[in-house]
Amino acid sequence: MTFRTPTGGTIDRNTLLHFTFNGRKLTGHPGDTLASALLANGVHEVGSSVKLGRPRGIVAAGSEDPTSLVQVEEPFPEPMLLATTVELFDGLVARGLAGQGRLAPEPDPARYDAKHEHCDVLVVGAGPAGLAAALTAARSGARVVLVDEQNQAGGALLGVDEYLDDRPSAAWVADVLAELRSTAGVLVLERTTAFGMYQDGFVLALQKRTDHLGFAAPAGVARQRVWRIRTRQIVLATGAHERPVVFAGNDRPGIMLASSARTFLHRYGVLPGSRAVVFTTNDSAYCAAIDLAESGVDVPMIVDARPEAPARLATECAARGIEVRAGHVVIGTEGAGRVTDAHVAPLDGVAGHCDTVVCDTVLVSGGWNPVVNLFSQARGKLRYDAELGAFVPGEELETVRVAGSATGELDLTACVRQGRNAGASAAISAGFTPRGQMPLPVSDSRCTSRSGLVLWRVPGDDDASFVDLQRDATVADVLRATGAGLRSLEHIKRYTTIGTAHDQGKTSGMIAAGIVAEALGVELADQRPTTFRPPYTAVSFAALAGRDRGELHDPVRVTAIHPWHVAHGALFEDVGQWKRPWYYPQAGEDLHTAVLRECKATRESVGMMDGSTLGKIDVQGRDAGKFLDMLYTNMMSTLKVGRIRYGVMCGVDGMVIDDGTVIRVGEERYLVTTTTGNAAKILDWMEEWLQTEWPHLDVHCTSVTEHWATIPLVGPKSRDVLAAVAPDLDVSNEAFEFMTWHDTHVAGVPARVCRISFSGELAYEINVTAWHGLAVWEALMAAGEQYGITPYGTETMHVLRAEKGYPIIGQETDATVTPQDLGMSWAVSKKKPDFIGKRSFARAENNRTDRKQLVGLLPVDPSVLLPEGSQIVETDRLPEPPVRMLGHVTSSYPSAALGRTFALALVRSGHERIGETLYVPVEDSLVPVTVTESVLYDKEGARRDG
Amino acid sequence: MTVSPLAAWRGRLAALAPALAVAERPFRSQLTVRASEPSAIAAMGSALGVVFPSVPCTFTAGSGQFGDVEVLWLGPDEFLVVAAPDLQVSIEEVLRGALGSSRGSVVDTSAQRTTVILEGPHVRDVLAHGCSVDLHPSAAPAGTCVQTLLARTGIILQVTGPDRCTVLVRSSFAEYLAAWLSDACVEYQAAAP
Amino acid sequence: MQLIPCPWCGPREEAEFHYGGQAHVAYPEDPSALTDEEWAQYVFFRENPSGPFAERWSHSAGCRRWFNAVRDTRSHDLLAVYRAGEPMPEVLS
Repeated sequence: MTFRTPTGGTIDRNTLLHFTFNGRKLTGHPGDTLASALLANGVHEVGSSVKLGRPRGIVAAGSEDPTSLVQVEEPFPEPMLLATTVELFDGLVARGLAGQGRLAPEPDPARYDAKHEHCDVLVVGAGPAGLAAALTAARSGARVVLVDEQNQAGGALLGVDEYLDDRPSAAWVADVLAELRSTAGVLVLERTTAFGMYQDGFVLALQKRTDHLGFAAPAGVARQRVWRIRTRQIVLATGAHERPVVFAGNDRPGIMLASSARTFLHRYGVLPGSRAVVFTTNDSAYCAAIDLAESGVDVPMIVDARPEAPARLATECAARGIEVRAGHVVIGTEGAGRVTDAHVAPLDGVAGHCDTVVCDTVLVSGGWNPVVNLFSQARGKLRYDAELGAFVPGEELETVRVAGSATGELDLTACVRQGRNAGASAAISAGFTPRGQMPLPVSDSRCTSRSGLVLWRVPGDDDASFVDLQRDATVADVLRATGAGLRSLEHIKRYTTIGTAHDQGKTSGMIAAGIVAEALGVELADQRPTTFRPPYTAVSFAALAGRDRGELHDPVRVTAIHPWHVAHGALFEDVGQWKRPWYYPQAGEDLHTAVLRECKATRESVGMMDGSTLGKIDVQGRDAGKFLDMLYTNMMSTLKVGRIRYGVMCGVDGMVIDDGTVIRVGEERYLVTTTTGNAAKILDWMEEWLQTEWPHLDVHCTSVTEHWATIPLVGPKSRDVLAAVAPDLDVSNEAFEFMTWHDTHVAGVPARVCRISFSGELAYEINVTAWHGLAVWEALMAAGEQYGITPYGTETMHVLRAEKGYPIIGQETDATVTPQDLGMSWAVSKKKPDFIGKRSFARAENNRTDRKQLVGLLPVDPSVLLPEGSQIVETDRLPEPPVRMLGHVTSSYPSAALGRTFALALVRSGHERIGETLYVPVEDSLVPVTVTESVLYDKEGARRDG
Repeated sequence: MTVSPLAAWRGRLAALAPALAVAERPFRSQLTVRASEPSAIAAMGSALGVVFPSVPCTFTAGSGQFGDVEVLWLGPDEFLVVAAPDLQVSIEEVLRGALGSSRGSVVDTSAQRTTVILEGPHVRDVLAHGCSVDLHPSAAPAGTCVQTLLARTGIILQVTGPDRCTVLVRSSFAEYLAAWLSDACVEYQAAAP
Repeated sequence: MQLIPCPWCGPREEAEFHYGGQAHVAYPEDPSALTDEEWAQYVFFRENPSGPFAERWSHSAGCRRWFNAVRDTRSHDLLAVYRAGEPMPEVLS
């Protein structure tokens, strides 16, 4: 049997859409939601409740619906959608849920994106008030964005068949919309829900752009978009949701909000059932009753809780054979699945007389809740309106105005007037002058009076009286909470879970507050409503992520030489956002064998790596030396032009924050290098001191990190390789000393060559502009071929430096390590009157002898590799906990040069423990290790000069 | 032999047309100038034939001994001088001369960033997918030059015409920018006739 | 996403800025003249008021200038911004 009316609604009756629900093949029309199509097929039972497994139907027609949760299976699995907000398309496959859905195990092929939009006036809601606000603001010349969650403008007008100015209201809507669309600077976004309001006019809105197209959605178009709207003024015309009344058995399918039934009728041409009992506390449900009766639904009775029915409407009902029972309420229902009977009794003296009315539908209206979610998110205070039985905006905000039924106003003309005024004042606040005032339409509506009775619940079986239909939370649960001593609505919400489902309590929250107030005997006006938080409706993580996934999730930074590394099979290590070659495995090699080979080749002949990621900062100015003297622990102003010095930087607390080399380029110019990970941080650090403490200093810092490609050329044969590609350069040890630099040409390209070493070997660092990096790298490879030149990655670099006891900032250090702890007192100036960190070195804490200090560890068994991060203990047997930890292993490698494994570690009083045996718990055993100095290879420094 | 950061992307960027005309303009001479004394700034401007921008978030253009030169405002005492390729050494020398003994610095940063030219009716739309700055012509007319974020990378964005922008990006982030632009253009390619 | 008005570039999204802690904590003239306690005050101790708080921000993704802002820590509202070196303006919280 069909429940589709012969005419009416905005559906396209000429087109049939096929869909499958719970395995049943059904049909609907374009313009339907899944919910309206189900109702048209007589399907009320959608799913079941999460805790009790009771059948759940369709309560509302829009996003406030607490019950109609479905899982879409095709075209792509998506859980927890509301049947009332899923637009029907051909081929849709869905099923009802029991409160929980299923995420797709496969990646979502759809695209998602975000877009920033700026405007003067943002209007949320394209109902009568919102349209009036948008048009008024648009006519003033302001940039206007109008967003609405429906697929067409009109708001509440979509659910009625009323006339404005003697024309169908749709004509009035179409006129306003047409003018908006033709006005420059106006953006109208349909299917777009403003879900979050944040500071400074920032509003997030989710646009469902191709969901409704189903299988026909074009592949290149983002399915959903998060609009990041920045606006100067906001008009909230978010409307009102009808509020139910709680009674025993109020959760059965077939029990629906009266205005929603009216919407299904007028918008979709769908009848909610064959025989409907209407239960109301106010006038508005009379219109639903009359409309449905005129459309062929048998409406035996209106049950009006008020002592007296409205005379004019009652007369109209009588003329249609509808009995009006004033002073009565529905006290219970029957039905195995869908409702089959309603029990009607007087409000006072419920126990006495009771009538049973056979029906398949119960339409309920308990009044209206203004949608104040966004206003509350904007930190607007709410006020309890006792006549309305709802919280309404309780103050005016500087940039947020509320208009229409969101204020509690229910008269259409008044709503439009509010919208017009809000639009005008928003435009004025944004600096525009309203012009061409739109006329107020005259409505023929009969049911807009707000003279309702505030009734939260009908006394009855508390365990069967559902407050939150999605959470299976009943009146009994609320009373249990208040009985347990809970007073605050926030606590009761969490105790009962009311309002925590997908709908965030759109229909249940106010009622829960009312029942709590009654139970506690307090005034609602004195109660603080629960805080409304984003999102207003559910937003998928995919939409929030947008295009920030896959390769765009986080930038991958690469050097100019990167293509060579890729072409030569390098494996990469992430260092910050950089991809750095980790090692270059040859056929059959794993990490260890490749690194042993790379280390050996470098120490015995020549190796080369891409060091372009090192931070580089140009420091210029008369006071550059003075400035660097303050930043580094050692003296930089005494460095001679042409020379290089290693330096350590500390924070004011005396802890090491970075290290690197400093090149004196000229009398007033230095080039500072930083570790790869700290390049940006150290430039910021320098700017911070210059701008906030020492603006009088004549110093300027400029990042040149990516201007230069940097290639360390390392090993005893590096001199020969360099000589081959730098014919202008005298590479002899006498002419090109350690810790000096020369400008020259390398492979025909202007280059700066520095003689520095991070391995202890003879080594050069070749710097050319990044554009030349790849060509120079290839020239060095060619020149080194006869020596078996070996490209190496970060792992080999780490081993080579660790063999020499050189710490890596961030690996050996962790913001609690001083230069002295690292054994670098030699790099701490005794002469300088001050530098950053100096005063802290004199603090008692920094002079404790039991500080953790950097040492080497040699496992007694030279084949044992200690896991990095391992703890270090004093005894060969673990005592009862707590066990005193002496420190931890910071670096650990097998070494080709040492022919054994070794480690660096931070150990309490480490410098005094040289020669001691300590123990490292590894899995179930304690590995004995000998403490040594941190320098393990070439302690005399004999290899430096080749 | 020189290789620019987006050399490998030339074909893929060109294929974004007609949604958006995207092309790298590599190897331009770029110098970061720090100076605050008006006389020094004026002297540097006259040496190059361009008036340095005095308004934040703008750029200026002019022409002189080095041909067409643009000067981008990067901060209250910081500018980026941009000219045709291979002029950085001589421009640095001239700027140093003009700066004289005034406080300031001149640094060759030509390879620090690369330049991407974007042109087409969708240019503001595409950028709005990742840039939070208002690019409406009333808020960002030609001559605007902002340093901001585009998605997850820092950029310098010059508005050079009604449908035309120049984006400068750090060389190591250039491929991310190219990948992001390619993805952001997909929708406009789909919509293109 | 809050807007922070950079004194040079105008209002920009918070993501473009770095936080720099309490403003107007000057590096001591002569750290060596301070007692351990006085030095520790400088290094480790900062105000944590409920209400207006002068703090430093850097427009790190923009013009890279440090500036000061008075922020109401209860609402995050920025009551004033001013350039480094300028005195803190009077604000009404």
